[in-house]
Amino acid sequence: MKTRLPVNFLIGAVLVALVLGAAALSLVWTPHDFAQMNIKAKFGPASSTYWLGTDQLGRDVVSQLMAAARNSMTVALAAVLIGGSIGTALGLLASAIGGWVEDLVMRIADIGFAFPALLFAIMLAAVFGPSLTNAVLAISFINIPVFARVARASANQVWTREYVAAAQAAGLNRAVISWDHILPNIGAAIIVQATIEFAVAILAEAALSYLGLGAQPPAPSWGRMLSEAQTLMYLAPQLAIYPGLCIVAAVLGFGLLGDGLRDITDPRLSRER
Amino acid sequence: MSAPLLEARAVTRRYRMPRESLFRAPPVLTAVDSASFILERGETLGIVGESGSGKSTLARMVMAFETPDAGQILFDGQDLGQLSAGDLRRQRQRFQMVFQDPFGSLDPRRSVGWSIAEPLRAIGAENRAHRVAEALEQVNLHAADAEKYPHEFSGGQRQRIAIARAIVTRPELIVADEAVSALDVSVQAQILNLLMDLQDELGLAMLFISHDLAVVASICDQILVMQHGKSIEQGRATEVLNAPTQDYTKSLLIAAGA
Repeated sequence: MKTRLPVNFLIGAVLVALVLGAAALSLVWTPHDFAQMNIKAKFGPASSTYWLGTDQLGRDVVSQLMAAARNSMTVALAAVLIGGSIGTALGLLASAIGGWVEDLVMRIADIGFAFPALLFAIMLAAVFGPSLTNAVLAISFINIPVFARVARASANQVWTREYVAAAQAAGLNRAVISWDHILPNIGAAIIVQATIEFAVAILAEAALSYLGLGAQPPAPSWGRMLSEAQTLMYLAPQLAIYPGLCIVAAVLGFGLLGDGLRDITDPRLSRER
Repeated sequence: MSAPLLEARAVTRRYRMPRESLFRAPPVLTAVDSASFILERGETLGIVGESGSGKSTLARMVMAFETPDAGQILFDGQDLGQLSAGDLRRQRQRFQMVFQDPFGSLDPRRSVGWSIAEPLRAIGAENRAHRVAEALEQVNLHAADAEKYPHEFSGGQRQRIAIARAIVTRPELIVADEAVSALDVSVQAQILNLLMDLQDELGLAMLFISHDLAVVASICDQILVMQHGKSIEQGRATEVLNAPTQDYTKSLLIAAGA
């Protein structure tokens, strides 16, 4: 290989692989049933049976963490896909039409940006009730302006290229050009943003679940494990530390992976290494 | 007598510059100032002038990327500014453009064949693969090159590809904006020869824009000299080059070492 991969990309890739691997594995196998309670074994220490011990209800911590990883990845994936598609489409539209439509879309995006994301999620939960679906919708919604901005800024650059002028000279309309030329050429920027937003979405899901607005029991979630462990901090601090570390690993992993991807796809933006 | 293929009638294009003061109207730059010219079928009109003289803006208006603020561009007798968006799109196959930058005018993510076929797709033409192969051979490339991507070609080859895309709809007019300026001198000559051969073969008219008087002299029947957005002189190439009537044309010729 000609160039070395950036360090942040490598570290991010390893962390992401671990988290995704655990999530995927939980689909077919966990050491124990994550919801299986065993009161006699509560607050169990790490052992060959329970690798990271058990919680206040005697449930296996490793199995819960794995199932929670799956839950977290699903929410983040859905939210980034929904928010990313809508946001990118809006950004492309704004860029293709220009003029007052572009201004309007971007000013609305600015408002979306200025609105605190978690506050919006709490509002949504208050109106429609707390559920995982509403958490996904809330996180999707806060992703829309992010992607709209990135897509529109990148698209505006591509619109100035001569191959776009050539497509216009060929007599293609702006919708076709957006699809044929603009979208493929902003793909890298969108993927980088999606990776970074994946990290944000994981954190948002953890925060919402911590507040009781995300995954509802018995569905496992790092955020909810954290909030349940909070009252037991002096008794069993490890119960808060494990999900905390998982959140850190996942968020850091996707964040670094996104930064690394950006360094690879757009060397001009990368800092001196 | 039928209308000339292309005619510019006192075309003016102004750009509004960024505001300098909140309380004064933004300054206006007149890029093209009532410029006029006539291009007959099958002929080549060279537009010369220093950078900033409005050559490229004029080309963009001929391509209907921009509309004149005043005056008209008439293609085959019809005012491009008066056509509906759909009619304009349908007319576009009749006038195509070759761009300056051979590295920027092809989408890096699309195969050469895909790019050349683009104007054909726009008009829903049949038999696209065959016509792409034909166009590639007309510019002395191979039909098999359609599978490749732009980065596999040199600057001169890419310019051939761009020309293939421009002629694939069998247009009547090609607008070449500094089409050889980015190329080496030896490659320039090849591309100029190719353009002249194609012109004979296909009966094309060409609007050839360049800052390089030597290049224009070698290829054009007619020359239009522009200065500060105005068309100051148009005539047969031999006349303009040998007996310029304007001082500015004389100074251009002296600068070119003619």
